Amino acid sequence: MSEPKVAIQNLYKIFGPKPEKMVEKVQAGMSKADMLDQHGHVLGLNNINMDIAPHEIQVIMGLSGSGKSTLIRHLNRLIEPTVGKVLVDGENVLAMNETTLRNFRRSKASMVFQKFGLLPHRSVADNVAYGLSIQGVEKAESFERAHRWIERVGLAGFEKHFPTQLSGGMQQRVGLARALATDAEILLMDEAFSALDPLIRSDMQDILLGLQDELHKTIIFITHDLDEALRIGDNITILRDGAVIQSGLPQDIVLSPVDDYVADFIKDINKARVLQIGAVMGNSQSVKGPEIERTTVLETALQIVSEASASGAIIVEKGKKVGTASINDMIKAIARTEKKSGTDAPYR
Amino acid sequence: MSFLTDFPSLSRQELRDLKKGIDASFRDFSRTYGETLESFFDPLLQFLVFFERLLLTTPWPVIIIVISALAWLGSRSWKLSVGAALGFAIIGFFGMWEDTMSTLAIISVATIICIGIGIPLGILMAKSERMQKVITPILDVMQTIPSFVYLIPVVMLLGIGKVPGLIAVCIYAIPPIVRLTNLGIRLVDKDVLEAAEAFGADYKQKLFGVQIPLALPNIFAGVNQTIMMALSMVVIASMIGVQGLGVPVLRAISNQYLALGLMNGLAIVTLAIIFDRISQHYGKRLQRHREGGHHV
Repeated sequence: MSEPKVAIQNLYKIFGPKPEKMVEKVQAGMSKADMLDQHGHVLGLNNINMDIAPHEIQVIMGLSGSGKSTLIRHLNRLIEPTVGKVLVDGENVLAMNETTLRNFRRSKASMVFQKFGLLPHRSVADNVAYGLSIQGVEKAESFERAHRWIERVGLAGFEKHFPTQLSGGMQQRVGLARALATDAEILLMDEAFSALDPLIRSDMQDILLGLQDELHKTIIFITHDLDEALRIGDNITILRDGAVIQSGLPQDIVLSPVDDYVADFIKDINKARVLQIGAVMGNSQSVKGPEIERTTVLETALQIVSEASASGAIIVEKGKKVGTASINDMIKAIARTEKKSGTDAPYR
Repeated sequence: MSFLTDFPSLSRQELRDLKKGIDASFRDFSRTYGETLESFFDPLLQFLVFFERLLLTTPWPVIIIVISALAWLGSRSWKLSVGAALGFAIIGFFGMWEDTMSTLAIISVATIICIGIGIPLGILMAKSERMQKVITPILDVMQTIPSFVYLIPVVMLLGIGKVPGLIAVCIYAIPPIVRLTNLGIRLVDKDVLEAAEAFGADYKQKLFGVQIPLALPNIFAGVNQTIMMALSMVVIASMIGVQGLGVPVLRAISNQYLALGLMNGLAIVTLAIIFDRISQHYGKRLQRHREGGHHV
């Protein structure tokens, strides 16, 4: 991996009257539940270490209470850390003085919120231009730039409307346009699509992926929805009780969940849409069938194979054969796996 | 057992000495600083006198037109602005025009002072918990203490006249605007404020770009309450030499003139209704964006 855009190092956050004193106890291995019981402090983040590559979408997921929203608020320091570092381009955000931090928020990292956070008394155009007006960009120029983004998210013609006159999906487009208008390199998205209904949500995911194809920003995306994580994430990190429990490529997480907690997460997802045919590659000479690129997801591969009425596929990479996969291998990979042991998952 | 039946209190002599001591020291204080204070408030007096004279010398049709224009600007309602003009016309017809103008002058100046001091105070309270802890009990005292009680030191210091009357009105009328400014700012949606923060807004940009605009409906409810409370002080203020509709009411009380009291009392009510409706309409217009409704 090239130089990370954002590097989080040994980050702890403990909520309570005397957080500094609690850090040692956490480092000695005290659990979140024990800390709350014995000391009345809430363990928010527990020794987070993460490298986020530039120009990628890094998804951070976990159930509510896992610390994901706390974590993303450390990246632009809306929440003060207890200890640790957040390096952006090598500079520690958590050590910045007020002015530097303000400039960092204005120009380097912008944010999209679950509840939109739009200014209700300002029009769509004013909202999108908000970040620019904070920077002190001249009015005419900021409106011109805002207008471009309003068009880009498909809201042309709604410039003069107030946010309350728009539907949830449209409001979040305003939120997205506002974040993009500052031209920040880093986009922080805190459950940005979680409040929207499924159809609108998938629309928004399309818009985001389309924009990312052009813009190549570093996006940190928080979600509790694994389907969403798999759909848009280049990389996924799973949090539980404030600690990272697994981090990796989407398909690695689906193929080898590190524990029951993660396994439970992926139980109900559509694996055919995540797993690439390369993951089930074998080298059987008897398999014949159409040639399929190694990075094709199984959903597409199966369609191609069945249309060709073949028994499998030849897997190719850059035009060269690298292996094969029988139709049976493919189906086995996406079949639902039930846990064999009858015990409940320990995290409950 | 006399301990239980007689409350252990200071003796008569001790009490008398205590009260005398307080009175004497305050009298000394007012002798030493009374003049300085009076000259300090002189610009206020000048302004009040100027404003009152302006209202009294302007021809009545002009005043009525200005008032109904203000009503239109505030409420965008023809009914209200015609009603306001009619109200003033009736007051004038019953011979209360001059007193009404005096009352209007003191109410306007008091409201301006209350806004000028009250809003910044409310902002300060919203900003700091400590300020809130200090100011809240003071406001409680100002609202509950009988106004006659604080009239005594004010009159001792500044004598009888317009300025002490104005100060008495302000003490009584300022709490709601301070409270509602504080409340309004504290009630601003945390998510919106966080978004402003995330985009790098500094304190001023947050205050003037987000907090005050979103608190305006509440601040305006405070202005409305302040005007109402100032009007309700008119009669008491007239006891210490403030001209206006309160003077005839006071005369009516001491001489049992029913009609005089009723007419002037109703004139005060008319003023109150007009100002209340205008400021409420204006407050509502400020939150138009909240009503929204799907235009899409």
